[in-house]
Amino acid sequence: MAHIKTLQELFRRHRRPGDIVFALLFLGFSIFLLSQVYGETSWVKRTKWFAQPRFWPAVSLIFMTFFALLHFIGSLCSPRILGRWLEVVFWLRSIEFVLYFLLYVAIVPLLGYLPSTVLFTCLLTTRVGLATPRFLMAASAFAICVALIFRAFLQVKIPAGQLYEAFPDPLKAFALTYL
Amino acid sequence: METLLSSLTILSQWQVLVALLLGSIGGVIIGALPGVGAAVAIAILLPATFAFEPIVGLTLMLGVYGSSMYGGAIPAILINTPGTAVNALTTYDGYPMTKRGEGHRALSLAYSASFFGGIFSVVCLILLSPLLAMIAPHFGSREIFLAALLGIILVVLAHRGQVFAAGMLASFGIFLSTIGLEPVKYTKRFTFDMTWLTSGINLIVVVLGLFAISQALLLLVDKDHKPGKAHVDGNLFSGLSELFRFKRIASVSSSLGVLMGMIPGVGEFTAQFLSYTYAQKTSKKPDDFGNGSPEGLVASEAANNAVPGAAMIPLLALGIPGEALTAMMLSVFYVHNVIPGPQLFQGQLDFVIAIYIALILLNVIVLAFLLSSTNLLLKIIQIPTRFLGVMILTLSFVGVYSLRNSITDCAVASAFGVFGLILKRLNLPIVPIILGMVLGGIMEVKLRSAMARVKSPLDFVDRPIAAILFAVILLILILHVRTVIREHKARREQETSENSEASTQQG
Repeated sequence: MAHIKTLQELFRRHRRPGDIVFALLFLGFSIFLLSQVYGETSWVKRTKWFAQPRFWPAVSLIFMTFFALLHFIGSLCSPRILGRWLEVVFWLRSIEFVLYFLLYVAIVPLLGYLPSTVLFTCLLTTRVGLATPRFLMAASAFAICVALIFRAFLQVKIPAGQLYEAFPDPLKAFALTYL
Repeated sequence: METLLSSLTILSQWQVLVALLLGSIGGVIIGALPGVGAAVAIAILLPATFAFEPIVGLTLMLGVYGSSMYGGAIPAILINTPGTAVNALTTYDGYPMTKRGEGHRALSLAYSASFFGGIFSVVCLILLSPLLAMIAPHFGSREIFLAALLGIILVVLAHRGQVFAAGMLASFGIFLSTIGLEPVKYTKRFTFDMTWLTSGINLIVVVLGLFAISQALLLLVDKDHKPGKAHVDGNLFSGLSELFRFKRIASVSSSLGVLMGMIPGVGEFTAQFLSYTYAQKTSKKPDDFGNGSPEGLVASEAANNAVPGAAMIPLLALGIPGEALTAMMLSVFYVHNVIPGPQLFQGQLDFVIAIYIALILLNVIVLAFLLSSTNLLLKIIQIPTRFLGVMILTLSFVGVYSLRNSITDCAVASAFGVFGLILKRLNLPIVPIILGMVLGGIMEVKLRSAMARVKSPLDFVDRPIAAILFAVILLILILHVRTVIREHKARREQETSENSEASTQQG
């Protein structure tokens, strides 16, 4: 009994709400990956252990599972702070913004970088409750600056929008190169 | 002399000077914005710099890296909100000084101490260069493997109270570096027969997800917050002369910053903690610490600004990054086919010296900018955090998408963004993942080439530097175990005495 208490004390740490959910999920993820080592890596004949393709994934996953297990035990032994599921909901709420971001990524090749960015910043500003003329103007100005600096000035590799093809000739060439 | 002239020629290109100016000033603004920080800015800018000359890209990054901590001191001192995490200690003494009506004195001292720390670290870097150039060629595959292993161990153990989490995340980073087509035997590793995984998981995509997208998501989902208004009056130059009164603390703190910056995985927090403790123990007024002590402020700011220069030492000499920001810079080197390490000092010394001069110049530019524009900066930082989230997410797109125009990269970065958000909410460290990815790759390659010439296990450590590194690894592990046992015993003793006290009171 005394040994168990000592172990509990050794593993005790400060934990935030939701810690145990993450610890459990990460442990499950580690065990799953470790179980796939044989199928997802190969052992090559006439090759020493240190040069085997399986060596480093196996080492990293063994350590990952080992530490994840200890982290989970630590979470079990530490005093709980209430609010676990509220915290999980907070994590899940971020997915909404991820979806907006991916939608933005999908429309850039269609509408072009500048129009998509203006649309994205204005819609997102509205979504986060800042839909005042001041912030919408700031969002548009920011989007225009970003698009011009990165695409026109720094010539960062972003494809031109398919929409630009419909523009009249002089504007089309300009839009394809700079917007 | 010829090398110096060659370095000056490299630096005199207009693109380099513009990058230095933009990086330095941009870094100060980014550092002053609570919730952004150098890591987010560097992650976003990283892909954009690939189109530049190596020195231009690196100067821009160095500018942001070296100057963000200067900017972070402003909100820390005036509104009790650290701009970057490393300025948290600055609030302890900076804000009480502001409350006493000494805001301008606190800012002025912070700028001067930061400048001293910054310049001190570059001078150390320059002085250590000949030594580095001498030692670096003796670092063969096994030494670099051991140094990388030491880096991983240090980054795990440096996260006191979170060693298990740091260990699992560092291992996760190493695992991520192994995904994809293995480069020697051309076998697939953890691709699950999906073509997008064949080329592996890109470091920059992970960095952008974990640092930039996660921060944007955090700001967007969390409650809106706007930093309070502040204004500073008075002469900001006065701190330069006042710093002479604290020259001992400034020197010791900067030295600790340099020392901690050189050791991979340790960084600003340990440097600040040690220098602050030193300053408090040797002060004539130790009770003032935490209540507006100028000495505490100098110790904190001099130490954290000495780290960036020193962190360049292992990066340039051995190609081993000590923390996440230098890991990002390493990728800039690689993209431009400039391989940091022993050969850099032999073949491209002018390039190395140009970096040193750029580091000195950036400190001068930042100081001049801050002394003249602090009130302007205080207006800029009045951005609501949710709008800041919109800005970061918009900029993150440029970073990820411009890499390969891949929607998959954006989806992977978003997944790491959510993962980073969870880690940040749980106060778990992100840096071990990045260092695991970078150092894991280095360890795999170097172990393979080192073992080819090793017949028995002892051969691995038969060279002096390898033996020293191995001994250091063993020593660190033993010391860590000893510390854990001691802390545990002390805790038990404390609990026993508390229990006996309670029973006496009850009796």
